[in-house]
Amino acid sequence: MTLQGGFTGTILRVDLTRGSVEKEAIREDWAREFVGGRGIAVRYLHEEVDPQVDPLSPDNKLIFATGPLTGTNASCGARYMVITKGPLTGAVTTSNSGGRFAPELKFAGYDMILFEGRSERPVYLWIQDEIAELRDASHLWGKGVFETEDTIRRESGLPDCAVSAIGPAGENLVRYAAIVNEKYRAAGRSGVGAVMGSKNLKAIAVRGTGAVRVADPVATMRSQWAMKHELTQAPLTAEGLPAYGTLALMNVINEHGALPTRNYRDSQFENAEDISGEELAETRLAANKACFACTIACGRVSRISEEGVGRYGVSCSPRNWRHATEGPEYENAWSLGADCGISDFDAILKSNWMCNDLGMDPISLGATIAAAMELYEAGVIDESVTGIPMPFGSGEALLTMTEKAAYRDGFGDQIAEGSKIMGERLGHPEVFMGVKGQEFPAYDPRALQGMGLGYATSNRGACHLRAYTVAVEVVGEPEPMDPRAAEGKGAVTKAFQDTSTAVDATGLCLFLTFGTTLESIHPILKAVTGFDLADNELLQAGERIWNLERLWNLRAGLTAADDTLPKRMLKDAIRGGPAQGEVSRLPEMLPDYYRERGWTEEGHPTAEKLAELGLG
Amino acid sequence: MTRTISALHIEPEKCTGCRQCELACSWVQTGTFQPSRSLIRVHVFDEQASFAPYACLQCDEAWCMQACPVNAIDIDENIGAPVVIDEVCVGCKLCVIACPFGTIFFDKTTERAAKCDLCSGDPACAHACPTDAIRVETTDPGAWLEPFGEKVDTSYRNAITGEGE
Repeated sequence: MTLQGGFTGTILRVDLTRGSVEKEAIREDWAREFVGGRGIAVRYLHEEVDPQVDPLSPDNKLIFATGPLTGTNASCGARYMVITKGPLTGAVTTSNSGGRFAPELKFAGYDMILFEGRSERPVYLWIQDEIAELRDASHLWGKGVFETEDTIRRESGLPDCAVSAIGPAGENLVRYAAIVNEKYRAAGRSGVGAVMGSKNLKAIAVRGTGAVRVADPVATMRSQWAMKHELTQAPLTAEGLPAYGTLALMNVINEHGALPTRNYRDSQFENAEDISGEELAETRLAANKACFACTIACGRVSRISEEGVGRYGVSCSPRNWRHATEGPEYENAWSLGADCGISDFDAILKSNWMCNDLGMDPISLGATIAAAMELYEAGVIDESVTGIPMPFGSGEALLTMTEKAAYRDGFGDQIAEGSKIMGERLGHPEVFMGVKGQEFPAYDPRALQGMGLGYATSNRGACHLRAYTVAVEVVGEPEPMDPRAAEGKGAVTKAFQDTSTAVDATGLCLFLTFGTTLESIHPILKAVTGFDLADNELLQAGERIWNLERLWNLRAGLTAADDTLPKRMLKDAIRGGPAQGEVSRLPEMLPDYYRERGWTEEGHPTAEKLAELGLG
Repeated sequence: MTRTISALHIEPEKCTGCRQCELACSWVQTGTFQPSRSLIRVHVFDEQASFAPYACLQCDEAWCMQACPVNAIDIDENIGAPVVIDEVCVGCKLCVIACPFGTIFFDKTTERAAKCDLCSGDPACAHACPTDAIRVETTDPGAWLEPFGEKVDTSYRNAITGEGE
């Protein structure tokens, strides 16, 4: 079998210890079974990396993977996935980013880059079509993401190159450091940036002028066109996301009483309107910005207000787009806003902007600061520990801690560990709101039961992108489900997980599923790759990948006991709003989920299931 | 005398920078996705947070056409736009130097000049654009050129005399 289209067929293997860059053929059999992106990369991880490895040791590997539809004109074919073992979770880590970097890598001729070992001194990987070499990055070490990107673009003489880089947070091994490309698109979660930092790898810069070929041109055009048409007909992808971005959710989730506030102590934020997509569009939105090939354009370019510029001393340098920043996404506006009790939009924008430059995940950062604020208000820690007053609602504290965390300066050294380790060290592990070491995103699992099950069973720790049951529990698409009910959530969570995994493996963006289905993506994948796919095969590939991730996690030492939620979610009822009195009914849902998965009561995939998926 | 031409009507303020136009353009030429060979390009103005697709303006008295030493560029009356005649072009790149807008390219694969020929009258980029930032229009260039010229002229005069500040 030879790959007919979609894949370039070549991967780069970079041994940082030896300083070598080798080209090798992609495993075609794995491409067929696991598609690309998250799928095939997890297969490589499974083959090559010991699950017990220390995430920050040279033995861990760091994989950048595109999918077969990345770089095609299928809407939203812009994604790459970073796969490794994450220092925040100790589990399999799969962090996704859009922008222009991934298609550029495909045009240069590569499906994937696999980094191993550790460089003695800082380097960056330069790729220009068939040229791929490691270059010295001593002059970039210590620099922010923005300056790193600008410098590489300037000194390479190819300003069109795309750069993916880490900032000081990655260098300082902040447990939730991100990898950021085009300054504002990030593989954000689980600390992929810290793994990159531990390898002394500052950046990857790529310029590609080649082509992405397809197996069946006519069928490709037909099928991608049909999907684009669907996106123009669905309310969310045609109107909601273009108008307000993901921030459209702020008011909606708040009205449902599912907006976690002040470290999940409340579930409605009294000032949610002040940090909503509507408010952003009215007062601070500069433009919509699309990732490569995206016909939705949910990306925001926002300006910090004149008043905010004065208050927070934002410099007017070219590198910050004249006080403009991309974002914030709903999750970031929540973590830096409602979760910290902060309603000052300018403080949120600035912190978000700093997170991009410093290379940090704003969800885990905001949530960890919120946990610290809870301890501060409870009197467990005071100014002698934190250095500044840290009450809920303090924009000053947010901005100070954003910077200190990235440099591990003072109390920032605790914040940089994430709220699980920070809480344990301060004697209060109960302030950690998350799963498997990773902080929750922006939906209260007591108000939306399905989200709770999704958080608990996510392979990469608490995450909204693995099973977005908000679609059925809030939006009512494709079919409405009672958010408070436990019944049926096992099956729907499994279905969402497998679908999302399949989309991730194609190289498309998950947001497509707001306006289309796997049934429409399936024919595009078939046309582009020439794979003779059976009707259900893409979805089954999703399930196969999910199970392989699970197996890897089990071998890493995780157990069913890690598929759980914090006590606050299981025991403490919501104190007010439409979901008052609710706790998570995870104990009812989890056995149901394991059954739906074909797993044992201990959460192990059965031999039968593995055989069915070809993993036996 | 008024003369109408076909040209792309581009509204940068509607552009989101998705580059579907580049994908479509490379597709009709090569049957693959290869934005580096696209004849329409999206320029990103980082600091202004704005995106500007640009392509051949289809000049009536085109600089590329005037500069070509072998008469390989001629107006195709059916399309109403200057086109490169591949069989005649020798790949000398004089047109690329002559074009003041940077919208005629040297294609390394074919070793010929390449410019937008409006897809023989039905531009793929306009079809592909999800926000209608690119449309094809048959227009009288004088209708927008004169007011535009006046505007530029006025700003210039104001700048040197210090008026209107």
